[in-house]
Amino acid sequence: MPCAGDPSELQAAALRTQDRSFMTLYAVVFYILAAVILVATGLAITRRNLVHAVMYLILSFFGSAMLFYLCGAPLLAALEVIIYAGAIMVLFLFIVMMLKVEAPQKKVFPARQWLPAAGLGVIYLVVGALVVFSDPGSRVTLEAALATPRIFGQYLFQRHWLSIEIVSLLLLIALLGALYLGRTKDRGGTPEVEDQS
Amino acid sequence: MLTWIAGFILLIVKLGLVLGVLLLLAAYLVWVERKFLARLQIRYGPNRAGKFGLLQPIADTIKMMTKEDTVPEAADRIIFLGAPAVVALTALLMFAVVPFGPTLMIAGRQIPLVITDLNVGLLFIFALSSLAVYGVALGGWASNSKFSLLGGIRGAAQMISYELALGLALVPIVLLARSLSLVDIVNAQADYPFVVVQPISFAIFVIAAMAESKRIPFDLPEAENELGAGYHTEYSGMRFGLFFLGEYVHMQVFGALVAVFFLGGWRGPWLPPPVWLLLKIMLVALIMIWIRGTLPRLRYDQLMALGWKVLIPLALVNIMVTGAVSLL
Repeated sequence: MPCAGDPSELQAAALRTQDRSFMTLYAVVFYILAAVILVATGLAITRRNLVHAVMYLILSFFGSAMLFYLCGAPLLAALEVIIYAGAIMVLFLFIVMMLKVEAPQKKVFPARQWLPAAGLGVIYLVVGALVVFSDPGSRVTLEAALATPRIFGQYLFQRHWLSIEIVSLLLLIALLGALYLGRTKDRGGTPEVEDQS
Repeated sequence: MLTWIAGFILLIVKLGLVLGVLLLLAAYLVWVERKFLARLQIRYGPNRAGKFGLLQPIADTIKMMTKEDTVPEAADRIIFLGAPAVVALTALLMFAVVPFGPTLMIAGRQIPLVITDLNVGLLFIFALSSLAVYGVALGGWASNSKFSLLGGIRGAAQMISYELALGLALVPIVLLARSLSLVDIVNAQADYPFVVVQPISFAIFVIAAMAESKRIPFDLPEAENELGAGYHTEYSGMRFGLFFLGEYVHMQVFGALVAVFFLGGWRGPWLPPPVWLLLKIMLVALIMIWIRGTLPRLRYDQLMALGWKVLIPLALVNIMVTGAVSLL
């Protein structure tokens, strides 16, 4: 965006003009991004080639990051790209490449497997719809998220330091678990079978 | 409206200038590297095209442009075609937040000598450098060849390992400058460059960034004697050229980042600021070439041990010490 000043100013400007005109530039960009995110996520779920699915999911995360930037939260946009698109999805891709998974054949999953998933999905949809329709254009803005990195950090570590410590403890436990699973077995392990083919 | 148009034109001019300088410098960095490396190995280097081989980059470009752009039959076509662009694009985009001078005043109008001063500029660079992994990993995977896949996997593993050290090495800099914006970081070095107070950070950053750019002694993803050419074995023509270009632009970006974070950015006496930045970039690039001519390649276990067992703990201790000192 040329001549873009502080992104939060942009958003304020966008909100001001939103009432006046039918569709502002921001609204257009918003709907394009939303469409890209939805389509990419849908494709990520339905693709059978795992690497392609990962690519679509990355595209979807990228779209979300752009959405954050559009809403005037560049910090969240950067973190979204670094953590999700840049770290987690690289690990996904890494595993897919290492395992060399062939695209699985089309098959119908048993009801036992997809019914709970569908049920949870419907519940989520209903709750989401309730939230949206009970308070349309919710006045709760991403106030902290719009702030500069310094104020965002202060807010996070002054008010929610306990939650952050708990979350980091969770990550530490995951790390220890991975370490435990990955450590070399001294005894009791089955020797590698040589390929006879 | 008039300010908007003026701002837009200014932006385009700045973009054009930065892009032009970057690409021209990338082409001649190849020449410098071949010449300097040749002298280190007691050879002549390119000396046929033009005086001192000065036209060699142009000859190389023409060669790559006119070569056939082949796609292996078993390759994943779309990803194969797109992967080189990711490498070149992420390297070029990183320059968007690098300041190359103080704010100019022309006709009562402020002109910042930076393309965009994001308040999360440092994170923007990390975001791009973490996306650069995809170019290597996908290029290796999509080629559908064993050597490429191995190179791609090695590249991905190496880059995510050293990204951590890279990020942690810069935390003390952010602590000192109290900002994530690259413009503020340069402004904070008005009195002294940060390399004076953060030599450990400097060393970690330089080592990690060299590993990120996959050059000797960290060139395992393209180790010639084991993998052919690693992740770009199957590429030819200008697509190989894009990988190549990405590497040399990355060298410059790395030089610029070392300059911005540790050497005071565009600051320096007598000469105009952009010239100082260019000099610092070239100095870092020359040292990288020198290291390439001096050191052998690391083994894979040495690479991982260095990253995880030396650089990351050292960076963490350095952060603690810096934090403690700045609290005093």
